[in-house]
Amino acid sequence: MKGKKNLASWLFLLVVGGVYLLVGITMPLVFFQGLTVFVQVFSRIVPVLVFVFVLMILTDYFIKPKALAKKMQKSESKKWLFAVAGGILSTGAAYLWYPLLSELKEKGLSYGHIACFLYNRAVKIPLIPMAVFYFGWKYMLILTVVMVFVSFIQGVIIEKVMGE
Amino acid sequence: MSNFFRSVSKTLKSFKNMIPLLFGTVLLISLVSVLIPESFFTSVFSGNLLIDPLIGDVIGSISTGNPVTSYIFGGELLKHGVSLLAVTAFLVSWVTVGLVQLPFEAATLGKKFALLRNLSAFFLSILVALLTVFLWGII
Repeated sequence: MKGKKNLASWLFLLVVGGVYLLVGITMPLVFFQGLTVFVQVFSRIVPVLVFVFVLMILTDYFIKPKALAKKMQKSESKKWLFAVAGGILSTGAAYLWYPLLSELKEKGLSYGHIACFLYNRAVKIPLIPMAVFYFGWKYMLILTVVMVFVSFIQGVIIEKVMGE
Repeated sequence: MSNFFRSVSKTLKSFKNMIPLLFGTVLLISLVSVLIPESFFTSVFSGNLLIDPLIGDVIGSISTGNPVTSYIFGGELLKHGVSLLAVTAFLVSWVTVGLVQLPFEAATLGKKFALLRNLSAFFLSILVALLTVFLWGII
């Protein structure tokens, strides 16, 4: 299964490489602009990757599946609070968190909690001043509250459909 | 201490498997952000209060990048007379639906989960837009 996943990952990179090659031949300017953005984005995410890497080590070292499962069984509300707070406080692109979330899934988080976490990643505290500049405090406050509320709805829907 | 090094080694392996997907995803995101210019967004909205939120939702779903970019686009769309409902659906789907990252999400968290999460996020963006604009209007 892991071998198949690895093969699919390399195949995906190969396909994207093929797309770039095609763009490079037909639209050289777009090709170079794309590469420039790639370098900018990648250099920006390196610190986040290091942070995620450290977090993954610490998670693997400190969070033992049985202990976590035991703690989580105690309080369902804490799981949801963890998902909401974790999602809001997490940094970097969402896809950087997928491997860590996959590991936490094995350690007791449900798909509903993961969905709730990912939805709350949309609430970005450091970016709120920028959003307020464009849309105003009232709008951003309402939008934030509504999004946190809807993240629970999505989590519950996903838990039901995934049969957890 | 040996347990700690075991955790480091396990994480390193997991990262090694993640590298091709990560490179592919960032490369794709970079290309999409270059190929979809800002002028595209202002030319698509027709002014229809029912269809515009759906268009905003679709565009936000296929777009990717820093949320700041979506705020700037959203602000510009509002200035051009696009409804707040459409702009809200656009802003929300921009950050909650990730079509470009879908292969990576499916590979790490499962195909069914990734599809279900993105599909539900797509429809919930319209619900968030409706609730937000309704509450904004009455508070």
